[in-house]
Amino acid sequence: MKNAKSFFLNGEKFFTSKTINLLDVITYFNYSSSLLVLEYNNFICSRENWTTIYINDQDRLEIVTIVGGG
Amino acid sequence: MKDIIDPLKIGNKSFSSRLMLGTGKYRTSKDAVKSITTSECEIITVAIRRLPTNINQDNINFLKSLNWNKLWLLPNTAGSQTAEDAIRMAFLGHELACQLGQEDNFFVKLEVISDPKYLLPDPIGTLKAAEFLVKKGFTVLPYINADPMLALHLEDLGCATVMPLGSPIGSGQGLNNLSNLQIIIENANVPVVIDAGIGSPSEATLAMELGADAVLLNTAVAQSKNPEQMAKAMHLGVKAGRLGYLAGRMEKKYYATPSSPLNLISK
Repeated sequence: MKNAKSFFLNGEKFFTSKTINLLDVITYFNYSSSLLVLEYNNFICSRENWTTIYINDQDRLEIVTIVGGG
Repeated sequence: MKDIIDPLKIGNKSFSSRLMLGTGKYRTSKDAVKSITTSECEIITVAIRRLPTNINQDNINFLKSLNWNKLWLLPNTAGSQTAEDAIRMAFLGHELACQLGQEDNFFVKLEVISDPKYLLPDPIGTLKAAEFLVKKGFTVLPYINADPMLALHLEDLGCATVMPLGSPIGSGQGLNNLSNLQIIIENANVPVVIDAGIGSPSEATLAMELGADAVLLNTAVAQSKNPEQMAKAMHLGVKAGRLGYLAGRMEKKYYATPSSPLNLISK
């Protein structure tokens, strides 16, 4: 695969050969209407910046939400 | 804005309910929503976890549907084993509160637990994380064992409350360390929230009668046979205990004193 990039989402490895940004990732997993926070390489990344940040090889994403507990 | 009678003041917020509820371990999300509503609690704790890739989960969606104009989110750092883990979770928790429209909510229930059997909080990790988070402007509610000296240290650091456990999380053993809890309550200048181990309404009432400012419970309601009913019972138990405490109980004596007059007895 040319231009293949691997990235980690919640600890799982994914591959893409496309140029994709954070919003693309969110959309792909159907997270668009979810209550969530996205951490991009250990930085909390707010919604406004999702279209401006593109996935690079070895990027680590954490997408978290609130669940019952506490 | 209506004046709250006997408000519970934490940080710069005032609450009318002294019952805080956790949102875990309910059998159904319907149970959870009904219990939260019936309990009349305002502060609810949640955990922070990764979104699963299959997201049609009841467990997650029911929280979004709660009334966040009336409820106040208390993100818990549960799952954190070190101070660093907890600090990261606290920041994530604030961001999640923002997503719910609570941009001014920097509350965090600080839980640093590396003990899988008793889920006892690590005092050193808790202290380290508390110090950092208080400096960063968080309203820190630290979960601790009923250690009076630790409670004082955390208060000195600027924590908004102290939250000593009654007994291990989910154990329903009630209040196991009454004398330490009393010492903490006696010394504290911040609200004391007895958190963990409460199993029945009378235990919640006892906590309030000791002078605690609030209680936090979860399993007692979630794992009862009828959670909505138990939530109501807890609501009443906390109210009864608080009123009883404010009313000032009678003196305990080792001997009897009759209730009826001793004279004019007809023979």
